[in-house]
Amino acid sequence: MERSRLIRAMEGILGAEGVIHEHEQLRTYECDGLMNYRVIPDLVVLPETGEHVQRIVRLCYDEGIPFVARGSGTGLSGGALPVKSGVLIVLTRVRKILEVDIPNQRIVVEPGVVNIWVSQEVADEGYYYAPDPASQIVSSIGGNLAENSGGVHCLKYGFTTNHVMGAEVVLPDGSVTHLGGGRTPDAPGYDLLGAFVGSEGTLGIATRITLRLVRTPESVQTLLAAFEDTEGAGGAVSGIIGEGIIPAAIEMMDQLTIEAVEAAVHPGLPDAGAVLVIELDGPEAEVEEQFGRVMEICEENEATEIRVAEDDAERALFWKARKAAFGAMGRISNDYYVQDGVIPRTELPSVLKRISELSEEYKLRVANVFHAGDGNLHPLVLYNNATEGEAERAEELAGEIVFACLDHGGSLTGEHGIGHDKKKYMPKMFTDDDMNVMQLLRCAFDPHQISNPGKIFPTPRLCGERPGPFHMHPLQKAGIVEQF
Amino acid sequence: MQTQKGIVEDLQGIVGLDNVREATADDAIEGVEPSLVVEPGSVEEISAVMKLAAREDLAVSPRGGGTKIHVGNPPQRLDLILSTARMNEIMEHTPGDQIVRVEAGVKLEDLQEQVSGSDQMLVLDPPESGATVGGIIAANSSGPRRYKYGTIRDLIIGITIVLHDGTVAKAGSKVVKNVAGYDLSKLFTGSLGTLGVIATANFRLHPRPAAARTVAVEVAGSRQAQAAAQAIVHSQVEATAVELHYGEDEKILTVLLESIPGGIEAKVETASFLLKQFGEVRTLSDEEADHLGPLAPPEVADEVVLKIGAPPADLSAVLESVLGAAERRGLAHPRITGHAGTGVTFVGLSSEDEDAAAGLVGEMREIQVRKGGNVTLQRAPLTLKQRVGTWDNGGDYLGLVRRVKEKFDPRGGMNPGRFLGGI
Repeated sequence: MERSRLIRAMEGILGAEGVIHEHEQLRTYECDGLMNYRVIPDLVVLPETGEHVQRIVRLCYDEGIPFVARGSGTGLSGGALPVKSGVLIVLTRVRKILEVDIPNQRIVVEPGVVNIWVSQEVADEGYYYAPDPASQIVSSIGGNLAENSGGVHCLKYGFTTNHVMGAEVVLPDGSVTHLGGGRTPDAPGYDLLGAFVGSEGTLGIATRITLRLVRTPESVQTLLAAFEDTEGAGGAVSGIIGEGIIPAAIEMMDQLTIEAVEAAVHPGLPDAGAVLVIELDGPEAEVEEQFGRVMEICEENEATEIRVAEDDAERALFWKARKAAFGAMGRISNDYYVQDGVIPRTELPSVLKRISELSEEYKLRVANVFHAGDGNLHPLVLYNNATEGEAERAEELAGEIVFACLDHGGSLTGEHGIGHDKKKYMPKMFTDDDMNVMQLLRCAFDPHQISNPGKIFPTPRLCGERPGPFHMHPLQKAGIVEQF
Repeated sequence: MQTQKGIVEDLQGIVGLDNVREATADDAIEGVEPSLVVEPGSVEEISAVMKLAAREDLAVSPRGGGTKIHVGNPPQRLDLILSTARMNEIMEHTPGDQIVRVEAGVKLEDLQEQVSGSDQMLVLDPPESGATVGGIIAANSSGPRRYKYGTIRDLIIGITIVLHDGTVAKAGSKVVKNVAGYDLSKLFTGSLGTLGVIATANFRLHPRPAAARTVAVEVAGSRQAQAAAQAIVHSQVEATAVELHYGEDEKILTVLLESIPGGIEAKVETASFLLKQFGEVRTLSDEEADHLGPLAPPEVADEVVLKIGAPPADLSAVLESVLGAAERRGLAHPRITGHAGTGVTFVGLSSEDEDAAAGLVGEMREIQVRKGGNVTLQRAPLTLKQRVGTWDNGGDYLGLVRRVKEKFDPRGGMNPGRFLGGI
């Protein structure tokens, strides 16, 4: 389809204000939160309803045009990186809260709804939405669903996938289906909802999402503990978990991170080699006793200082410090690369040692921020883009760190996704057979591979479909993929 | 195509002489008898067996403990039962990481025993004893603790599967937090052997609570049952399970509370306070809890057991509709139990009046499916299943379910015909 005709067809669905086609305006959308990769899409469309989304996808399908869905664009793996000659479907205007069902602890929202709005909507009822990525004041529920986002409280409460109970999905052929029971348990058939959540936009677009709401806890206690080094902090984490305590959150920051955070938001953090932010929540008597035990364990591991949040304001300050960590790096480095890897918790000391060796070897500083309870590391590789070759070295170092995670039995990503950025690493974690079998699922949902093509898998496979709307797949024509 | 003798010899070559046998009547699934039973002892052996099955176009049913083998339609065809009995190794248990990796044939009891040494548990508590991990995943079995901890989909973190043609693939990992690649662990959960063989699985473990008590409230009717369940669900007591026994005489809502020794009394107090407005409240003794408590094994004498999935806040309406439908058909008061906190209700019918049972199932589906719920025959004579189907028709996702089946099992060799929509 000629571009001018496509623009007219999209304007027919959305009106002129819902279609962006001028080059300069398109550039706004050339990347998501990961700015290392940029692609200018052919067209950006801004639907306002689920029906708009369906008509856009149907048009793309009929015309064989690939599309990429994008929420707030905060993703850190290039999952919403546009494809050349493709349409970028921006969902920020599809943002109504459709239904609140407190008796069944559910809320139904559109994908553009911002994460924090959900908790705000039901706060007066004594409820909240548990998954809380650090980007929650900006990131959208649709994007959270696509990435299976985590957050600091997922150790106790689980990830996005444990909280999405149903979704209306526009499949890549423009048809609409409903996955998951929503308010009812145990929908019969395969758990397609479970497979869809975290599929990074490659299986379709969710247009109505049913979320589980969680009752606010009776008591919340938060402390900040300082240690001489990460070893001491790591020992405290192991001690707490080893006692069978599941804190709502345990976060660790190392010395370099503390320095950056202090410079950026001045929370008055102790001068230390590492700090832990530990939060317990639940029934009061339980929290009271376990919190005391947590303090003892910190002391046993030679904490140099323990501060208990006296009120909500102080608690908010601790969390502000933690959630500011990524952004704060700008205070101590021109540029930084956020890595996301996972290790079995018990491997923490050896992986930290390896990271420090790598940092010396590459002569680049690495700041460490962890979701320590679930072994999810966010090493931040600091570099200066203006120095010739340093960006490449930083990326290589970040890659070595994630390989170290794999060597210790971990994963390539805990919450940021594979997207565009890490697909080249997938063969380090999965065999060809593993990835081919995963792509059978892709073939069932999106046989022509027009939904966010080129993400997750290093080698896309075609699905052996008879030519439907296409005679030859554009990727095949370009020699990028082979017939499956 | 080989003769049966040739196939047996080839299978013996893969798994050893003693691990292939002729099937007996006991191996039949819903009246359909297989020819052979094979017991591979490794992922490689499963793969080789499946390659052979593909070459000979044999229809294969994977089998674990066999505790849920009656669930589903009769197989369209059945040649080979692939038993995971020899896949019984606990491969890794790392207490500090709170994870376990096991072969699919490991019995849940054995897994629990292994991890309980570290004061941990896999929070799966289906009522059947003798079930294997693989079978529990395939049947998506759950129990009362799902209220707090969720179901298998919330606990499984990695899987190894073998497809119809012997392809071995894994997904997930052994860390609790991981978003690399598609989550095939969830796809295979509840797949009832129709997508492939589950060979190994990795799970997240939880600490075993040091203290547990069960608080019970006797309720007069369905409205009180619903109100009592809602009072717990919307409280801050963090109950582990909220279960209902709704008999003709005895109607009891039980709440399982778990905590540390220093926290349990406060929980019991809070729950008792919340429940006392709905009826007489007491804390069950251990003996009573064994019989009445959330974890009490169900009676399995019923001819027909229906499982109804509905919004938990509709509990009263579900109970009334079941009782009304039973009464109008002259059926005795059904044995009703359920996970009241999550919206799962089991209805046991002891009558042999099949017309009445079929009518009741039809009426329940009429009411529930329209509202997004589901009604499944968990246990039923074959004739009733053939009449009303094990499942309702599912939703508008059935086409997608079929496409997934076609991609994973294009030959139609994996447990053909047993599942939803005849897949």
